[in-house]
Amino acid sequence: MINSPTLKRRHLLAAAGGLAAAGAGLARPAIAAMKTFRVGVLGVMSGPDAAWGLHNKYSAIATANMYNAAGGFPIGGDKYGIDVIAMDDQLDPKIAVAGAEKLTQEQGLRYVIGPNVDTTALSIKPVMERNKAIYIPYAFNKTLYTPPAENAILGMIASYEAGPIIYKYLMQTKGIKTIAFLAANEPDPLNQQQAGVAAAEKLGLKVLVKNATYQASATDFFPVVSPIVKQKPDLLVFSGVAPATAPQLIKAARELGYKGLLSTETAQDIKILNQGAGKYADGFISVGGASTPEIRSAYMERFVQEYTKAAGEWDDEAGTKVYALEMILHTIAKAGPQAISDTSAYKAEINSFAMPNPFLKSASTLKYVGAAYFDQKRQIGVPMVVNEVQDGSFHTLFVGSVA
Amino acid sequence: MAQILIDGCVLAASYALIALGITLIFSVMRLLNFAHGELFMIGAFMVYYVYGAWHLPFAIGLVVAALVPALIGAGFEKFLFRRVMRIATREENTMLLAVGTAILLDNVALFLFGENQHGVPETVSGVLQIAGGFLPYQRLVVIIMSLALIAVLLGFVQFTRPGRAMRALAQDRDAALLMGVDVDRTSMLGFAIGAGLAGLAGGLLVTIQGVNAGIGVNISIKAFIMIMIGGAGVVSGALLGALVLGFAESIGYSLLPGSETYLLIFVGLVLFLIIRPQGIMGHPWG
Repeated sequence: MINSPTLKRRHLLAAAGGLAAAGAGLARPAIAAMKTFRVGVLGVMSGPDAAWGLHNKYSAIATANMYNAAGGFPIGGDKYGIDVIAMDDQLDPKIAVAGAEKLTQEQGLRYVIGPNVDTTALSIKPVMERNKAIYIPYAFNKTLYTPPAENAILGMIASYEAGPIIYKYLMQTKGIKTIAFLAANEPDPLNQQQAGVAAAEKLGLKVLVKNATYQASATDFFPVVSPIVKQKPDLLVFSGVAPATAPQLIKAARELGYKGLLSTETAQDIKILNQGAGKYADGFISVGGASTPEIRSAYMERFVQEYTKAAGEWDDEAGTKVYALEMILHTIAKAGPQAISDTSAYKAEINSFAMPNPFLKSASTLKYVGAAYFDQKRQIGVPMVVNEVQDGSFHTLFVGSVA
Repeated sequence: MAQILIDGCVLAASYALIALGITLIFSVMRLLNFAHGELFMIGAFMVYYVYGAWHLPFAIGLVVAALVPALIGAGFEKFLFRRVMRIATREENTMLLAVGTAILLDNVALFLFGENQHGVPETVSGVLQIAGGFLPYQRLVVIIMSLALIAVLLGFVQFTRPGRAMRALAQDRDAALLMGVDVDRTSMLGFAIGAGLAGLAGGLLVTIQGVNAGIGVNISIKAFIMIMIGGAGVVSGALLGALVLGFAESIGYSLLPGSETYLLIFVGLVLFLIIRPQGIMGHPWG
């Protein structure tokens, strides 16, 4: 009987069931102990500008995965698993509003990363302010961050902050005297173009072309770039240029015989630059994140690996998006668990918050900045890493900061 | 001035391929192919993968760039449009289906290819200087190949049996049927060739412009503008539309900011259509 296959199978099954029950009983306390912190990501995740929103999403997922794999993020003595809920606003203000309402009202989230441009960020501002939800836009319109608004925190360096620093650097190191601006015929790039022109004039640069634009849908840039290149500016700035368009503009300028400097104040992707512009991309100056090898820490290396797992490939533009979720989590940790549902506790922590920057090799502090521009600290103090393309890779030109 | 002319020629040549494809489909099926830009995009991605990613010869990439959209076009005609055109009581039904195919291809492309911009190496590098203007050799290749393909297409339509069948279908569908033309097969061939042309245009232009999954809509809009200017369903009209749009862009951008150039193009288009709604070479409908 003992050797009967049926009995043996029954015993095995019973033993397995018992073990499973015991295991579940052991596991239950651990699962019950891990609370969940939910964060939203709202941005453009489809169409030609999809890269911007998707980089936000994958950056958040990568950060979440890193902490979840380590057993959760500690807040007030408890460990929190991080859950990222992403929504595509398709660069449409109406859809952005619907997304913001869904995340903050239906889902009850109090922290949202995004959106990516002025139009969508401004459209959700009433929703976020009304629902007292913190959001981290990558949009530069100052009304988002200036009182009476209090819930938006700029997630990156704004073009009107980066531009003057870059132009001054190039005046000092390359002796530039003349400058021209080219922007897509869309609100964000046009605003950046205007801000760039103002900054250049203030610095004493001669602005040869102030209002050159191209259709956002343009695919051939020779007709647009050739009249500008004819004037031979020392520096040609592509205001607010998307990563998809930059290589074509660079290539058009260089094929038209332009020998001056090319720059932009938006983050770019080296793979896209190399594929689209090839050797013409050399010398192109852009604002980057903590992703060039010479400055990134071991933690950043791990983030890059985790990001690659989530997104399928690394993208340098994501190097500017690494800070958002880290800052949210660490600020809540310092403010206390009540900040998870009450953003006034989070806001009270902003002025005094500081933490070591985990993404850079060299010791530096991460804090909230922006008082000089917004009359209150409503900007993540990401280091302003200015990159230059050399031999198909980004190299750090200099690292600055915003007060 | 030289640069304006060079830019106009390059734009016109590349637009002509796009316009011819959509005109061909319209002429045999009386259908505006809203997915034309998406087929262009798929052709571009085929060259990206075959030539750019897998490092196979560019010529093979072009063949695939034509074949895959052609097969998609043939499939759309046989399994979607043929049935709807037979049973639909309103013309709007086929138009809505056409829009649906465009949205379908947009989303399939985003799913399959991702959201990033992609480019491919030039097949020939270097820049030619002509009378103070600059013409990269890659663009010269695009002009030459576009003109060659246009000539081949015109020859096919003019001198081959299937080409004559397509012309008959374009002139009078019922008469063509009565004359023994296999209407279904000819329609499918016309759609396939039109789609293949869109794919070829994408495959050629990816060497200059790159590709991402979102470019389809804008290409379709330009295609519509060209056939509205030149006349829908008329080959000479398509070529004329491409010429007009190419040089309008080139001249406009050299004189005005980009936003004003396209504003003027659209204003001009609207005014032109009020005066001549069938386009320059088109025939009045009805």
